[in-house]
Amino acid sequence: MSDDTLSDYLKARGISRRGFLKFCAATASMLALPPAAGSAIAAALASARRPSVIWLSFQECTGCTEAITRSHSPSLESLIFDAISLDYHHTLQAASGDAAEASRHQAMEQNRGNYLVVVDGSIPVKDGGVYSTIAGRTNLDILKETAAGAAAIISVGTCAAFGGLPEAQPNPTGAVPVSAIIKDKPIINVPGCPPIPVVMTGVLAHYLTFGSVPELDSLNRPRAFYGDYIHDRCYRRPYYDQGKFARSFDDEGARSGWCLYELGCRGPTTRSVCATTKWNQGTSFPIQSGHGCIGCTEPRFWDTGAFYKAISAPIGPVGTAAAVGLAAGAAVGAGMALRNRAAKKRAKEGHRTITTDDLEK
Amino acid sequence: MGEVDFLLWVRGPGLTIAVAIFLLGCVLRVFEIYTLGRTPDLSAPRENRPGSGWRTIVTRSVPSGEKVKRSAGVLVPGYLFHIGFFVCLFFFVPHIELIRGVVGIGWPGLPTPVIDLFAVITLIALLVTLATRLLNPVRRYLSTLDDWAGWTLTFLPVLTGWMAYHHLLFSYTTMLALHILTAELLLIALPFTKLAHFITLFVSRWYNGEAFARKGVAS
Amino acid sequence: MSASLERGLNALREVIDAPTASYLASCVRCGLCADACAFYTETGDPRYTPIHKLEPLRRLWRQEFTLLGRVGRLLGLSRPVTDTELAAWSELAYDGCTLCGRCSLVCPMGNDIAYMIRRFREGLAAAGHAPPGVIGAVRRTLEQGSPMGVKLQTLQAQIRRQEAETGLTIPVDVEGADYLALLSSMEIVNYPEYLGALARIFDRAGVSWTLSSEAFEATNSGIQIGVTDLAREIVLRIVNAAEKLKVKQVISPECGHAFTALRFEGPNLIGRPYGFGVVHILELLDQLHAEGRLELDGKRDGTPLTYHDPCQIARRGGVIDQPRRLLAELAADFREMHESGKMNWCCGGGGGVSANERAEPIKLKAFGVKKRQIEELGVPKLVTACANCRITLEEGLEHYNMNLEVVGLTEMVAEHLAGESKE
Repeated sequence: MSDDTLSDYLKARGISRRGFLKFCAATASMLALPPAAGSAIAAALASARRPSVIWLSFQECTGCTEAITRSHSPSLESLIFDAISLDYHHTLQAASGDAAEASRHQAMEQNRGNYLVVVDGSIPVKDGGVYSTIAGRTNLDILKETAAGAAAIISVGTCAAFGGLPEAQPNPTGAVPVSAIIKDKPIINVPGCPPIPVVMTGVLAHYLTFGSVPELDSLNRPRAFYGDYIHDRCYRRPYYDQGKFARSFDDEGARSGWCLYELGCRGPTTRSVCATTKWNQGTSFPIQSGHGCIGCTEPRFWDTGAFYKAISAPIGPVGTAAAVGLAAGAAVGAGMALRNRAAKKRAKEGHRTITTDDLEK
Repeated sequence: MGEVDFLLWVRGPGLTIAVAIFLLGCVLRVFEIYTLGRTPDLSAPRENRPGSGWRTIVTRSVPSGEKVKRSAGVLVPGYLFHIGFFVCLFFFVPHIELIRGVVGIGWPGLPTPVIDLFAVITLIALLVTLATRLLNPVRRYLSTLDDWAGWTLTFLPVLTGWMAYHHLLFSYTTMLALHILTAELLLIALPFTKLAHFITLFVSRWYNGEAFARKGVAS
Repeated sequence: MSASLERGLNALREVIDAPTASYLASCVRCGLCADACAFYTETGDPRYTPIHKLEPLRRLWRQEFTLLGRVGRLLGLSRPVTDTELAAWSELAYDGCTLCGRCSLVCPMGNDIAYMIRRFREGLAAAGHAPPGVIGAVRRTLEQGSPMGVKLQTLQAQIRRQEAETGLTIPVDVEGADYLALLSSMEIVNYPEYLGALARIFDRAGVSWTLSSEAFEATNSGIQIGVTDLAREIVLRIVNAAEKLKVKQVISPECGHAFTALRFEGPNLIGRPYGFGVVHILELLDQLHAEGRLELDGKRDGTPLTYHDPCQIARRGGVIDQPRRLLAELAADFREMHESGKMNWCCGGGGGVSANERAEPIKLKAFGVKKRQIEELGVPKLVTACANCRITLEEGLEHYNMNLEVVGLTEMVAEHLAGESKE
């Protein structure tokens, strides 16, 4: 960790105070905090020591890193990211090999109890965790060791938050999320495949400002970014309600921008800010580009059925079940039919002609 | 992950089990009822047959005259909830997509505000049928566990579906899972309760129409 | 004296068929059948709900003929049908039901409840729970020839009286006649003018007809008690006589259940189709009139009058338009009841109820519907075509101090034969 404050750092980089304040105001607004919080964030961030952040990458595709670092023009988001003391990151660090591991251990010792751990990627636990190792050590061990002295853990991306792609059926490596392993530290889940960059930096900003985790939902996701369903904020919602749906890609309805429910949009069951905050500084989001939401901020989204079939379509072998049901019904029914007819036959054979004497006991 | 797992279970194994049991039950009931057979009627049928079994299947759904006046309190809510239930079930696009996923065919749906209106009408009508079942001396006297359970199993999917759409009580994911679960419970119970009338009533009306038509009366 | 629960249950097992099972499975306890039944509407007692009159039958069917029912039995979750239960249901299925079939037309599921009650009675009777009055009627039919104990001698006395009154010969046991006419006890004893009317009408129309000394009773108490074995024996008398006399058609008299028994149940009771046809007297009169063989005097009765449709003839028999065509010739001021034709209300006395002394109070209560129908019209004359309806209507009118003339349609036709002076 450096002794520079964030303010020093930004000044050195040529970021004006005004630009910095604009970022803080935008962050406050995104976190649904009152306007006054903008100055509180500015004050806190300006004097914040650049905290040590150890970024652990396990079973991941590096998409989360790509998202948070990708920028065609320098953005304040990426600067915030740069402004933390990133003491360990596979893709971004200069060091490699033993030197890289040594720097991680040093950061852990020097900042014991105060460093932030950011994790992307899930952790395989099957067969002792051999399916992902770094420097001969399993991800499982590394996570436990690194988490022990952390102040908090941010699970970035759906893999770290919920298991993601490696956890999808049949989950051959026994992939699990961070929260399945670490039980004794505050964990903030920031899912998405990848998450929206401003969401990631917004969470960091909140932590740096208030020193605490933001308000979380039942899946430990920040309510500010995961409180609403895409469906409730999607600009195509009126078409859903009117009954105007695209039936296939590039058909009349698709070109008219109609609802993509029939093409498999997971909007109704997905909580994220994609429909309002959008991507690439508010340029667009999947639905706006004509592709249904795939539900990437929700657990097990890979197992919710074919992406181009509606979310109400069945995901199990219903056809087989139907055939089995019909066949079994016929078999049992035939059995009952035989029993019933036998019972009637017995009754008929047991019939003794009734005379008037038989009408009384 | 509780609610997501719940939703994925009811969409997956839950539906599979429900469909299997539903079809098993329907086929079983058809066999066990109709293989009892009928002895052929040896009396001479009338030459002029006004009506027939097929005609009665249709006309018995169209009550008229005194029957309507006398039994309006039961007929009106009954018709309203049946019609509403069918509209909600077969003309709401997510349901149509489900059916398309199972049998491969679909059809156009109705706008959701229209479905919403029908759902509310259905819920109110169902509540009224419950009220008459509790207050009307004949209906109360006749009612068994089958009737109370049948009502509940019919009411819950409509209620939970409507609540899910309006984001009431629990999260949408949870309400949707509850909606699907209650629909699956309804499916499983259908063939084994009085709700089996959705199949048997057609044949009953046919038997009735044929028997009366033989004798010269359109029933 | 060998009625028993076991014989009763056995009889029920015999009669449970696909229609019965379909009906019982379809019932959704909507209660509309109660609104259609005079025994419920006039008493307000939900036990008289038509489908409820079948409860033991439903339980037996469910417990023995459905998978769920059998599993329930295995698990000890079901109550078997008991003799006490059947005894309690005797009143519901015999006293509180005339097999009128109105419920069968009203049930939204299409359940033919009357069909099932007829079958349920098989079990009740075999278990010894038929009402004593009805048992007596069927005994008298088999031992003496008719339910009211009318023997051949009584009939012969009536024949002589009617021959004297009409001046015509009433043929008996004439082989090769076209038509065999039957009578009901009610007519022989209470309305003997019917026989005279037949004689005059057939004489005018040139109909070749006969009575049979071996089969003059049309009423089938076996159908009313609901025992096929006994009903068969009773109907066989008619069938044998008709075949012996080689008639083309048998005429069912103005008696409701006689028509049902002979025309529709008979072949199924004896297990083969008839070699002759069966017509109701009203059908024959209508046909003769249409053929021009029955000339009426054209002097229409100016008294406002209405027609009561006997259930077994109209709703359960299909003879609805014929009486109306005849009345169009006979009456100048005919007024339909508010619910008429196939939806008319039962008089309350059919199906064995009038033979059942135990049922007297409820029968009179059920008459309340007819009372209202008549009062609504305010007519002084009521025409009908069933002797049992006639006696039930007269008793009901008397009980409620209503002053109406009740006439039989056949007699009315006979009174209006062209060129005849009124008797």
